[in-house]
Amino acid sequence: MNSQSLLDRDSFIELNARSRARALLDAGSFRELLGPFDRMTSPWLPRQGVVVQADDGVIVAKGLIDGQPAVVLAIEGTFQGGSLGEVAGAKIAGALELAAEDNRRGTPTRAVILFETGGVRLQEANLGLAAIAEIHAAIVDLRRYQPVIGVTAGTVGCFGGMSIAAALCSYLIVCREARLGLNGPAVIEQEAGIEEYDSRDKPFIWSFTGGEQRFNSGLVDAYLEDDSTAIAAQVRTFLRQGRPDSLRSDCYAGFLARLAEVDTRVQATPAAVRELYKKGFQA
Amino acid sequence: MSRPTVHSRGAIWFAALTGNTAPCAGYPASLLVADSTLAGKTARFISIIPDSDNRFPRVRNGEIGLVEGWSLARAVQETIAADRDAATKRPIVAIVDVASQAYGRREEAYGIHQALAGAAGAYAEARLAGHPVIALIVGKAMSGAFLAHGYQANRLIALDDPGVLVHAMGKAAAARITQRSVEDLEAFAATVPPMAYDIANYQTLGLLWRLLPGIAADAPSDADRVRVNETLAAALADIESDATRDLKCRLGGVNRQASSKVREMLTQQW
Repeated sequence: MNSQSLLDRDSFIELNARSRARALLDAGSFRELLGPFDRMTSPWLPRQGVVVQADDGVIVAKGLIDGQPAVVLAIEGTFQGGSLGEVAGAKIAGALELAAEDNRRGTPTRAVILFETGGVRLQEANLGLAAIAEIHAAIVDLRRYQPVIGVTAGTVGCFGGMSIAAALCSYLIVCREARLGLNGPAVIEQEAGIEEYDSRDKPFIWSFTGGEQRFNSGLVDAYLEDDSTAIAAQVRTFLRQGRPDSLRSDCYAGFLARLAEVDTRVQATPAAVRELYKKGFQA
Repeated sequence: MSRPTVHSRGAIWFAALTGNTAPCAGYPASLLVADSTLAGKTARFISIIPDSDNRFPRVRNGEIGLVEGWSLARAVQETIAADRDAATKRPIVAIVDVASQAYGRREEAYGIHQALAGAAGAYAEARLAGHPVIALIVGKAMSGAFLAHGYQANRLIALDDPGVLVHAMGKAAAARITQRSVEDLEAFAATVPPMAYDIANYQTLGLLWRLLPGIAADAPSDADRVRVNETLAAALADIESDATRDLKCRLGGVNRQASSKVREMLTQQW
């Protein structure tokens, strides 16, 4: 890629959450629900001396994709690391619940979730965790009717309980700048020691959890350049494909068979993971 | 298969509730699965226990690792498949005593997030397919491990005991991530209910269906066992009399009002 093509690209990662949502919806169809002027802010952050944000870091945008009803849920990675507290979590769970309800009543609403999140907002710990369980429940409900598309573009990535949510999606799109993993590097280092996981070694972390590695290991469905047009096009491609024949999260037999082949006496390497998972996840 | 000898509440309560039923063969040593009786019906009981010989070195203290996540998925998916054409769906009881998800390089490398999605997704699918799912919290219910094993249940029941706790992250790691001292974290935990580690504060969030006092969590008596069994049976009846299979019954808690308010406003603006 030459510098002119880089300049011609419309970066997705540089957009804030609201603009990301707008970039995915059909032109002119964007309508924000529970927007900043509703001032539904966290009831828990002020008690801890943390400044609130008027949208609590989650954008709920209704509109159209390919002329069909859609809701985009975009997490703002720059507010509290994209972490989910009570309000932010309820915005995502509540919107997904309404989308599923739409489908039961004959309106084929689809959902796209933009994951830029460290997971639970620790200042609202148990309320964040509870909301994430409800997000899982709502994704599993909605994906019975319509594909649920996850996108993690970067640069925050997707961690904690929300990495489980991403892994429940019908299709998952990533960029090179994204990381996808259960435990944040600092938490692993804290719990298991620096020999196990060095949180300051960025190339090491990306080599295991970065977008390219996840795609080459079959743990995500599309790997794209940081380009709004390309991401919007891929979302439409997956929506047109409809629900996948098999969900990755249902492939327990295949994953158990692959894991049985792992020599756990030695540390994992990115190459070993790619080599093993190349065999696929069918039993 | 012999009974586990390790002291874990997961093992103790699994034995107390399944009696002499032999655990299903073919599961890893860290997972106990049995089809036993609840309120006169066959129910599947599932518990995670420590396995000091676990092949994965970061999963030797009762954590949920890669194999545990996918095996939970299997234990639940097999139940769904077995009852696919049955008029009544077998209840599933998740006995929850989970220290945490596993923290390790192997785990991240092979996609532990996907394994936990396998488990959480299976429980949610079981609930939506009509299986009554009950979580009985007898010990720790931590973070990703609880999301994978228990948090998708129709009803949550906890023992009112100092060893029972629900939380998103251990104190040392939570302090590091929020750039606070452990002392500051504990000070906030004392005044901000969702940050607290004890089950009494958790109850004010409205997520529990029942909090059961006066049960000897480490060494249940026959009377304790009977009371827990009766509570599980009552939860089962409550689920069966409920036409919906969603998680709405968790809303309304005194310290969880914003969760309802957000849904109300979203519905108005939808």
